[in-house]
Amino acid sequence: MDGAQQPETPVDPLAGLTGASPRTVGGAWQPPGTFVSGGRGPKLFSAEGRRGTVVSTVSTVIVLGALVAIFLLAPGAHAVEHAFFSPSHMWAAFIGNPKQGYYSVGAAILLNIKMFVVAEVFILAFALAIALVRQSTHPALFPIRVISTGYVDFFRGVPLILVILAIGLGVPALNLPVVSNQSNAVYGVTALVLSYSAYVSEVYRAGLNSVHQSQVAAARSLGLPHRTALRYVILPQAVRNIVPPLLNDFISLQKDTALVGILGTIEANKAADIYSEQVFNFSSFTVAAILFLILTIPLARFTDRLIERDRRRRLAGAAR
Amino acid sequence: MPADPSVPGAGPAAAPGGEAIRIEGLHKSFGENEVLKGIDLAVASHEVVCLIGASGSGKSTLLRCINLLEPINGGTVWLWGSRITGPGIDQNLVRRYIGIVFQSFNLFPHMTVLRNVTLAPAKVLGMPQRQAEEEARALLGRFGLLDKADDYPDRLSGGQQQRVAIVRALAMKPQIMLLDEVTSALDPELVSEVLDVIRELAAGGMTMLIATHEMGFARDIARRVCFLEEGRIIEDAPPAELFSNPRDERTQRFLRRIVEAGRM
Repeated sequence: MDGAQQPETPVDPLAGLTGASPRTVGGAWQPPGTFVSGGRGPKLFSAEGRRGTVVSTVSTVIVLGALVAIFLLAPGAHAVEHAFFSPSHMWAAFIGNPKQGYYSVGAAILLNIKMFVVAEVFILAFALAIALVRQSTHPALFPIRVISTGYVDFFRGVPLILVILAIGLGVPALNLPVVSNQSNAVYGVTALVLSYSAYVSEVYRAGLNSVHQSQVAAARSLGLPHRTALRYVILPQAVRNIVPPLLNDFISLQKDTALVGILGTIEANKAADIYSEQVFNFSSFTVAAILFLILTIPLARFTDRLIERDRRRRLAGAAR
Repeated sequence: MPADPSVPGAGPAAAPGGEAIRIEGLHKSFGENEVLKGIDLAVASHEVVCLIGASGSGKSTLLRCINLLEPINGGTVWLWGSRITGPGIDQNLVRRYIGIVFQSFNLFPHMTVLRNVTLAPAKVLGMPQRQAEEEARALLGRFGLLDKADDYPDRLSGGQQQRVAIVRALAMKPQIMLLDEVTSALDPELVSEVLDVIRELAAGGMTMLIATHEMGFARDIARRVCFLEEGRIIEDAPPAELFSNPRDERTQRFLRRIVEAGRM
């Protein structure tokens, strides 16, 4: 027997699959005796009917119980409860009392909502313009394309809080005729628009690219000029494709209106801050947090519903 | 050929017996890859020409070059004696005269069938919405699709979607129809309903250039059949000649493979 390489008989890759040639020492292939789940695996992960409901209930009780226990049994539990969750303070902060030197968090949240709505309208329009410019190929738009790319890079890179400070402190300092005399909320909204438009324009671009080239071909083949094809065929499909990430940005924006308080604007977080400084209790922040949750959770659930409905529609179409 | 006035294409605008499409020396490359290596082809008005050939032979690319979806790298295309390739051409104007139907239907999924059909006539031809809808319904009814007018494309079968795609192209009243393997993506039992529509168009006098794998259909409907291989037209002859007595060895090889595959 030589130690050098022996010429090997080529192994047929289909050997053993058809039963024509025996595979291994054990002889011909045998089917498994049964497919019933043996009870040897972890039973907890069975997904069957009623047993599944019991399992999920038990697991919820255990998890919640553990969290509550941690909270109640911690040594500082009582102090934290008073500092953050005191009902009387929460109510006082919610109502507000300007004579005592603090404002109503409940009223201040309305400013957050107003800033959100105004900002969002401008963001949706401005970001679309940026996306369309960046996607265009017309040579005359070249300089604007370059500026747009620089804009997006810059405002995605600089933290929003710095943008708010820069605009809120810098623009008044420039002492320009009309522009320098606006309220802090206006500067805040401007900063939000500048910053978020950079992100949202990227979402739009993803949406525009997600429309299959064949749709563009079909639209152009019918004689539709590019702008008409964009308006009736491409954009409607692009927007439908990106509704979930757009709504995500909505939710984000709602929360980021709180940052405008850094300029002194009395929005919800700032009002809570003022209360806590007057009264040395942080329950006002809990109120603010709850109010923000009331605003964002329905939006989050709505987004989930849209994603699920879209997934069902796509699967139904694909099944054909 | 008696012209059926209810089917588009038979209008007086097409010069009887004149040349509808003339292609000379057409070259098309995608980057380094030359897909069309000098195509010469003429299609007369009211003529039906079928393009056959293996995948990758350039049939789809040729059709897409004719309706200017793809820019060309060499050669010229004329429509009714007027140049349509090269600088200074209004592409949207050219495309109003040529209808194209694709293998993957490409209906607009976010619009109803009716809106799919009326969009281009309303926006490009400036037809008032009501007139566009009337004509659309007439066309849909003509091909048995009227009850689907308010459905979205995802509710239709493949054959129905493809017939809607044909109606959508016809709604622009083109003088020429390009059909790019329109039955290749369909289940076999749905193929015949689409072929019937195409037969009606041919009977009505529509000038058509059809890329197809359906050899039996090509033999029935075509005045001429062109065999393409690797970007060149190898043979161009009436179907009786080409299918029974192919002159070129490459054509013979191709047809033999088709017969072996049981497709003819």
